[in-house]
Amino acid sequence: MVKQLRKQETRVLTGNACSAYAVRMCRPDVVALYPITPQSEIVEQLTRFKADGLLEAEMIEVEGENSAMNSITAASTAGARVYTATASYGLAFMYDAMMQTSGYRVPVVMTNVNREIPGIHAVSTSQQDLISVRDIGWLQLIVEDDQEIVDVTIQSFRLAEDYDIQLPLMLNYDGYYVSYSAEAVKLPMMEDVDEFLSVLKKGPQRMTLVPGKPLGTAHGMLEVYTELRYKHLAAMERAKAKFDQIDQEYGDMFGRYYGGQIEEYRTDDADIILVTSGSATGTAKTVVDVLREQGMKAGVVKIRMYRPFPRERLSKALKGRKAIGVLDRSVHFGWNCGPMYQEVRALTPEIGNVPMMSFIDGIANLDITRQHIERMFKDIYSASLGNEYQETTWITLEE
Amino acid sequence: MAVKKKKLSYPYESCWSDADQLLLYMETGTWRTSRPKLDKEKCTYCGICAMYCPPQCMKDKGDHFEPNLEFCKGCGICVKECPRKAIVMVPEE
Amino acid sequence: MKEIRIHGRGGQGAVTAARMLASAFVIEGKYVASFPMYGFERRGAPVQAFTRMDDKPIREKTQVYEPDCMVVIDPTLLKLSTLFSGLKPEGILVVNSPKFDTQVDKNLKVAGVIDATKIAVEEIGRDIPNTCLCGAFAATTQWVQLDSIIKALSEYLSGDMLERNIRSVERGYREVKVIKWQ
Repeated sequence: MVKQLRKQETRVLTGNACSAYAVRMCRPDVVALYPITPQSEIVEQLTRFKADGLLEAEMIEVEGENSAMNSITAASTAGARVYTATASYGLAFMYDAMMQTSGYRVPVVMTNVNREIPGIHAVSTSQQDLISVRDIGWLQLIVEDDQEIVDVTIQSFRLAEDYDIQLPLMLNYDGYYVSYSAEAVKLPMMEDVDEFLSVLKKGPQRMTLVPGKPLGTAHGMLEVYTELRYKHLAAMERAKAKFDQIDQEYGDMFGRYYGGQIEEYRTDDADIILVTSGSATGTAKTVVDVLREQGMKAGVVKIRMYRPFPRERLSKALKGRKAIGVLDRSVHFGWNCGPMYQEVRALTPEIGNVPMMSFIDGIANLDITRQHIERMFKDIYSASLGNEYQETTWITLEE
Repeated sequence: MAVKKKKLSYPYESCWSDADQLLLYMETGTWRTSRPKLDKEKCTYCGICAMYCPPQCMKDKGDHFEPNLEFCKGCGICVKECPRKAIVMVPEE
Repeated sequence: MKEIRIHGRGGQGAVTAARMLASAFVIEGKYVASFPMYGFERRGAPVQAFTRMDDKPIREKTQVYEPDCMVVIDPTLLKLSTLFSGLKPEGILVVNSPKFDTQVDKNLKVAGVIDATKIAVEEIGRDIPNTCLCGAFAATTQWVQLDSIIKALSEYLSGDMLERNIRSVERGYREVKVIKWQ
């Protein structure tokens, strides 16, 4: 690949429009879509592209998300590049189909626009929906803003369809805050995206259903299942380095590197770190800049790849600090804290027994403000000095 | 480890609560751009407008009905359904 | 960085106005971030839209709590006592109203008053005052050129609707009455 920055076009687009524009450039073969707030604009825009002759995919107009996932899984098994998008209730509706997709090792790219899960019917954002499907074998990425949506959507096809990976991938971003947010983004040219994805055509090709060449599956061969699970996990492990590599290659072509599995912001000499993901990260970076000016050695680590969990890189980034906080935009039903906090806490053997704190904020469109994040850093700093601290802080429920 | 006091202001354990006020809770009257005007001479107290009103905010006045302007969103369904054409929509100032 | 908070009701084009301003700023080489916050997504319900503009990339993804400028599309919202909360000192207001002359908040120093509803009905044929207010915004704040707003409009409208809205923008720009207080 030529190491020379490619020409790009600047447009003002919403997050959802960015998904649609990026997907169009990747030339999917089959797209099945069902609208749901806060993702509906993706459906509208992709359908508009098709109607205008700008997208040559076969569009399957499904009656629900369960069919959407089943249709694209089948199409991908036949070798198609596929795409769908959903949120919350739609994600729940396609749950059994999603397990098929990952169990059959079928590459699929899906945008999940984060919204509260069923149960309290809050039509608003949180990360609870992506948390609720953590353990079904999908790759999960989380992005922060509109430009990252464009770039990582394109990278998602590279990652999911890679011969060494072959796994379904869920790309997450906050509903409302990112999905409806309009920013100026740089859009790559379609021929450069073609070139970026053309790597997939080289080397060994995955097994697909082709008329005249039947494939079998290991149904009923129970003794094989353990090995299949082992291989599935191994593929997820491989996705870590692969994602770092794809980020590097993309950056070489288009000028934007994001750090791969995690992004580290002013962490070199940081004593205290806040681990974040999604849109709150931007606000956290702004707060860090202010704190640094005041002499506090604060930093932010952003989780970009959540499944598989970026264990090695996170350990390296969090080792040797005085205190760590983790901001969750969701809850961990079972550990009475935030879910990402609980997973970071599991890294204690690698990073040392330092104060670690869970911060729960941003549930149901509650704004994660600068003041909230300043309070979080204040609490982490206090803990770093050896003061008593609270393990789980519900920011909006406390003075 | 310390646990700070929480300020919990919602009086119920779960999302369920009494609905003795039926559907009238938020000040949705400020949302409308036109309001129903009921001519009580034409009203025959049939109650169809009250039945069809989505948030059930038609006030029973004994011999006629009146929209509850604190909650009425100005949807105009009562106008469509009234068999006596006793209701018209007029713009809000 | 300049922070703008737009207040309207569902169906008046508050969200589109926020985006049009964002597009106009981008045309002039600025960085922007613009997003809406709905309560209930329906006609008539209050809507806020936020637009941030800066010479460097904008990373915050929060609502605007301390606007430098407020745009009020629906004059009935002026009744809300909390409407002006957070307005920065030297605050600017652009308001759709046939008559407005009181300094309703001590931080309010400049007000651009325009009967955008009347102009919209005359030029577009419908009560969609958002584009007229964008023109008034340009004239009142001087943060963006009229030409940039007109160019931005073509990203959202076309044909006859575009022409009508351009006229609405131009009238907003020319006819806005700017009041200043100490």
